[in-house]
Amino acid sequence: MTTVQLGMPTVASDPHGHLRGTESFPKAAHKALADTQLRRNLGHATRTIRAKRAAVVGEVDDWEELRRAGESIKADTMARLPELLVQLEEQVTARGGHVHWARDAEEANRIVVDLVRGTGADEVVKVKSMATQETGLNEALEAAGVAAFETDLAELIVQLSHDRPSHFLVPAIHRNRAEIREIFLREMPGVDPALTDEPRRLAMAARAHLRRKFLTAKVGISGVNFAVAETGTLSVVESEGNGRMCLTLPDTLITVMGVEKVVPTWSDLEVFLQLLPRSSTGERMNPYTSTWTGVTPGDGPQTFHLVLLDNGRSNVLASPDGRQALHCIRCSACLNVCPVYERTGGHAYGSIYPGPIGAVLSPQLTGISGPDDVNASLPYASSLCGACFDACPVRIDIPHLLVQQRAEAVAAHTRPTAQDLTMQAMAIAMTTPARFKFAEKALGLGRVLAGRKGRITGLPWPMSGWTNARDLPAPPQETFRQWWSRTHGDTQRSGAGPSTGEDA
Amino acid sequence: MRIAVVATCLGDAMFPQAPIATVQLLERLGHEVVFPADQTCCGQMHVNTGYLDTALPVVRHHVEVFAGALDDGVDAIVAPSGSCVGCVRHQHAMVARRAGDEGLAQAAEHGAARTYELSELLVDVLGLTDVGAYYPHRVTYHPTCHSLRMLRVGDKPLQLLRHVRGLQLVELPEAEVCCGFGGTFAVKNAETSTAMLADKMANVLSSRAEVCTAGDSSCLMHIGGGLSRLRSGVRTVHLAEILASTDEGDASVDAVVGGGAGSRSTQRTGEAAGAAHGHGVAR
Repeated sequence: MTTVQLGMPTVASDPHGHLRGTESFPKAAHKALADTQLRRNLGHATRTIRAKRAAVVGEVDDWEELRRAGESIKADTMARLPELLVQLEEQVTARGGHVHWARDAEEANRIVVDLVRGTGADEVVKVKSMATQETGLNEALEAAGVAAFETDLAELIVQLSHDRPSHFLVPAIHRNRAEIREIFLREMPGVDPALTDEPRRLAMAARAHLRRKFLTAKVGISGVNFAVAETGTLSVVESEGNGRMCLTLPDTLITVMGVEKVVPTWSDLEVFLQLLPRSSTGERMNPYTSTWTGVTPGDGPQTFHLVLLDNGRSNVLASPDGRQALHCIRCSACLNVCPVYERTGGHAYGSIYPGPIGAVLSPQLTGISGPDDVNASLPYASSLCGACFDACPVRIDIPHLLVQQRAEAVAAHTRPTAQDLTMQAMAIAMTTPARFKFAEKALGLGRVLAGRKGRITGLPWPMSGWTNARDLPAPPQETFRQWWSRTHGDTQRSGAGPSTGEDA
Repeated sequence: MRIAVVATCLGDAMFPQAPIATVQLLERLGHEVVFPADQTCCGQMHVNTGYLDTALPVVRHHVEVFAGALDDGVDAIVAPSGSCVGCVRHQHAMVARRAGDEGLAQAAEHGAARTYELSELLVDVLGLTDVGAYYPHRVTYHPTCHSLRMLRVGDKPLQLLRHVRGLQLVELPEAEVCCGFGGTFAVKNAETSTAMLADKMANVLSSRAEVCTAGDSSCLMHIGGGLSRLRSGVRTVHLAEILASTDEGDASVDAVVGGGAGSRSTQRTGEAAGAAHGHGVAR
């Protein structure tokens, strides 16, 4: 057993820019909002999946109890994460597996690349995995001369189109059938030129393409949905069965898992196998749940490696509130209900972790370096409507975490911004009643701006953000406190009784 | 009952119709209303923009002003705003504890336990669903996110609206989806906010309502600001104004003062509106 020092380094390395975007959310969202096809695709997909989820969640009488169970199992797991990981390592090792600890993305990639090279293979098949998306493993393998083939249908579409996933569950959610047909015709070797955009025909084309890979690949690389510490069992939950092909056919299986994926016992797994499919695909149960424990002579992969990835998770774990973000089981329910995600899509978030959970997870994993850091814009990519919390199967209080991360973004200001000065000035006015009343006098200016039309239709920056699309009413002739003073006198109270609303 | 009103900073300065209607309604129902004049703002904008330290004195001021009102024998505190009550109930103590001020946190929790959004006060505390209102218009209700999810007011506003005589309540499609306001979100992410607003407005227009109501002036400022730009002819009116209206006075039209995001057919001067109140409140 190796000794592990969780917490070194605390912030994720991001060699391929998969956790950190290159432009702020408002700038990236600008492009997505202008893409009308994208908005139609996303709107259709998220509405469909929202309705499916709501229907199957509604069938479960004890859904709220299940959510609370999921929440408390995760809280318990995070409270004793090092101990559970060591237990997992002991169990995997005892059953013939090998465990590797990776502090960050670069270390994880180096471990995997060396393991693949050790087998002499020059191609690998992959099960859909957020952890290896996070580390940029495919690029690292390519640099080492190893071709990585994604076998999840949606990941395959994304890979063939040289694109990036924009959703946990449906990485190609931003594509429609017609676009997928075009991608297959252009990128898939040997595809039937008469291919139509009928879903069955598209699936059959992908199946023929993938089967060749399954039968020849010597190495499979997977992520993991849950890892059971008590027996060292790994589990992948999927819809297509392609994952199971990768998990069982190759001689060598390498699994990369974020350290937060561990659960203490099999009975804990039972809770999550109820919560996950209903929350993610809107199904009562997913079609394929694979579990494997170490190696079994003569059956399945004969060599098994587990890479435990920190990559910034220690940083998240160190925050008493923020660590809730590690409870995430990547179901994507928060994305599907988020009105911001629905209109801007996954790429606007820069990170491979999009949507509300990404907006709090990405800045915690890689830190906020200053006011111009793209990470500083992510926690503001929300109207704080709270739909994400209601949908979250493990009750992550995402709105609270967004506010906490906004506080982190403010704390990262290296010099006072215009917003800082405004907020400070307003706080002074709002703690001094006389100054507050004085500030209200400035409303007369608003009435001048409104003029005779009674509406304000253009304001200078930054308030032009408002008036580009919305009018503001003219401020009233009389504030509430002026009305109160006029109708109730300077007393703070009205007289008791029904008809004393006027001048007291 | 002696009830202290939180006018809210936005209500005081920009949309006095809502707190005025709240006062008129509660007085009509026979309650004594108190206006603690030192009040300013609950600090929600600071908190939700991430200025938790800057928010601390604002929170302390709010807590102290209303602790004073409670000491003075006030039974309940009411605000015509789900989001301000949400901040008081769920964020004041958090801001205080983060700053290590446990005393303030406990005082905040004490005040928060007696602070209600208008529909909560009417239905849960006063036990009313019929407040004797009359409002002969076709109305749709937008459940604001903080009323819906921070406070869980559920269908209390709808229960109240269903008992308003003359009012025809029409369903708002996709009602529970955010309108896109979100405080500083509306300016910081103006384009996304506008895209969300566009869908909300389409749903409001498809309901064929004359009036869109809600329990928060801020969301109504957003929706109304968009509807005004479209010249849609649909007005936004705060729930309190509808509940304060009687067959002797339509609070949403008569009450006060210019402005209002929607297009108004009738606007009176402050003086005339003041005179109108006397008739509006007596029943």
